[in-house]
Amino acid sequence: MNGATASATRLRAPPSHDPAWLGRVFWAGAALVLLWPLLVATEFKPWLLFEAANLKVTGQFLASFLPPAHSAEFLVMVARETWRTVAIATAGMTLALLLALPLTLLSTRVLSISALSGRMARGPFWLRQAVRGLLIVLRSVPELVWALVFVRVVGLGPTAGVLAIALTYGGMLGKVYGEILESGETHATETLLRNGSSRLQAFFWGLLPQNAGELTSYTVYRWECAIRSSVVLGFVGAGGLGQQMDNSMKMFHGGEVFTMLAVFVALVALADHVSAQLRRALA
Amino acid sequence: MTTPRPAAANAPYRLPPPLFSARCKACWFVAAVLALVAASFWTLQLQWGQFLSLDALLSMARFAGEFFPPDTSPAFLRKVLVGTWETLAMSALGTALAAAAGLLLALPASRLHDGDAARARAPTRLLLNALRAIPELVWAALLLIAAGLGPFAGTLALAAHTTGVLGRLFAESLENAPPGPAAALRAQGVGNVRLFLYATLPQVLPQLMSYTLYRWENNIRAAAVLGVVGAGGLGQLLSFHMGLFHMGKTATILGAMLLLVALVDALSYGARRWLTR
Repeated sequence: MNGATASATRLRAPPSHDPAWLGRVFWAGAALVLLWPLLVATEFKPWLLFEAANLKVTGQFLASFLPPAHSAEFLVMVARETWRTVAIATAGMTLALLLALPLTLLSTRVLSISALSGRMARGPFWLRQAVRGLLIVLRSVPELVWALVFVRVVGLGPTAGVLAIALTYGGMLGKVYGEILESGETHATETLLRNGSSRLQAFFWGLLPQNAGELTSYTVYRWECAIRSSVVLGFVGAGGLGQQMDNSMKMFHGGEVFTMLAVFVALVALADHVSAQLRRALA
Repeated sequence: MTTPRPAAANAPYRLPPPLFSARCKACWFVAAVLALVAASFWTLQLQWGQFLSLDALLSMARFAGEFFPPDTSPAFLRKVLVGTWETLAMSALGTALAAAAGLLLALPASRLHDGDAARARAPTRLLLNALRAIPELVWAALLLIAAGLGPFAGTLALAAHTTGVLGRLFAESLENAPPGPAAALRAQGVGNVRLFLYATLPQVLPQLMSYTLYRWENNIRAAAVLGVVGAGGLGQLLSFHMGLFHMGKTATILGAMLLLVALVDALSYGARRWLTR
């Protein structure tokens, strides 16, 4: 008994406060100092939100949210524009697919015949690098910028939105398709190529069946993203729900904005749900 | 009594399956996709004629030609540099605000231990979903009314959307944290705040950091274009000069944007390679 208490007193008493508090306080202070230039650059003045004039405008806008606009005429218009949003996304994805498929076939290393015997020949190698470069350029220009440019060329309306989605998503699909095709098991494809099948045959009977599920699942996921971005494209005049939302916001019609926001959120949730179901069925 | 038929030496030859059968789910899926695509093209009435005509192609070529030469006068380059810095600052501050707000909302949105009733879980998750469902650009357009033109509205818009995304991710990682250390401290009678600070947070902090950095990368890209509705940064410069048909200046801004995005891509790729080495 006596020995036990003696050994207990030998143990160090637990610290009564955080032993690392000095360091934590120092780093928190340093982060605040580093934050200062950011606050200046972004004109971060939260008190402006609470100035009387600003509060009045915001309050009026928010108050006009209720009741949401629900006249039959308006709802028909919203339904039409919602369909257009989906249609822009679908048409854009179709064109993106048409763009991405040939580029994928051109850029996949697995389908190279010269690579079967060690190193790829110089010509095919540089062709593949060039196609990859093109995909990177297509992908790295944001779709909103493409839309801005195309609105200048073809005028306001859905054509600009479809083209913008087609180009950006074509780049994304091409890159990811290539990665999917190259990451899987390539033994069957290689065997086909070694036994004298053509590259297209090797693709359709070796590579495609093996990766079809993953490719479709990624395409469905991108379609979901395209719906989201086709709403955003409407804000620069590419048609659909976004354009109507922009108009209503500029005219401070809060009720209409509220209805369209609700429809948009429901649309995205629906697309999310459909895409999740499809991808589960494909897995 | 009949003698059983001998089995065929070869498997019987089968016809290929029919192209469409009512029991084949994939057939219905393909048919639905084809119908959706056809309906989309049919109802949109795209102006291909106008777009692919010689006239349009010429005007497009002229339009592309006007981009050259890009404006590289020092005064304008300085303006673009300021715009780039503004874009970076918007994305960084927006992400930082969102990480703080996301953590605050993730606490009520997660069930931290088995005895936790977590009454606020469902409503907080609903709020997070609503924040997340509205894209940054729509937030920016909405917030322009309250915050006025400029980068402040853009920062708040990025923060609002990212709060929804990060809050949800943070809540998931809080719920998935190993419960051992927290349970040990709770058994000792440690209060909830200290329990979170010294048991749960240190365990999930690396994951929270990596989510935040990933969103920052996304937000830099988003901030570059956010300005087209008037919310500051490179996008605002772009829409301003494009609206006035200053094509040389537009080309410079587009170049800066692409450079920024490419740089972020390369840095994040390099960092990932370095971290997973």
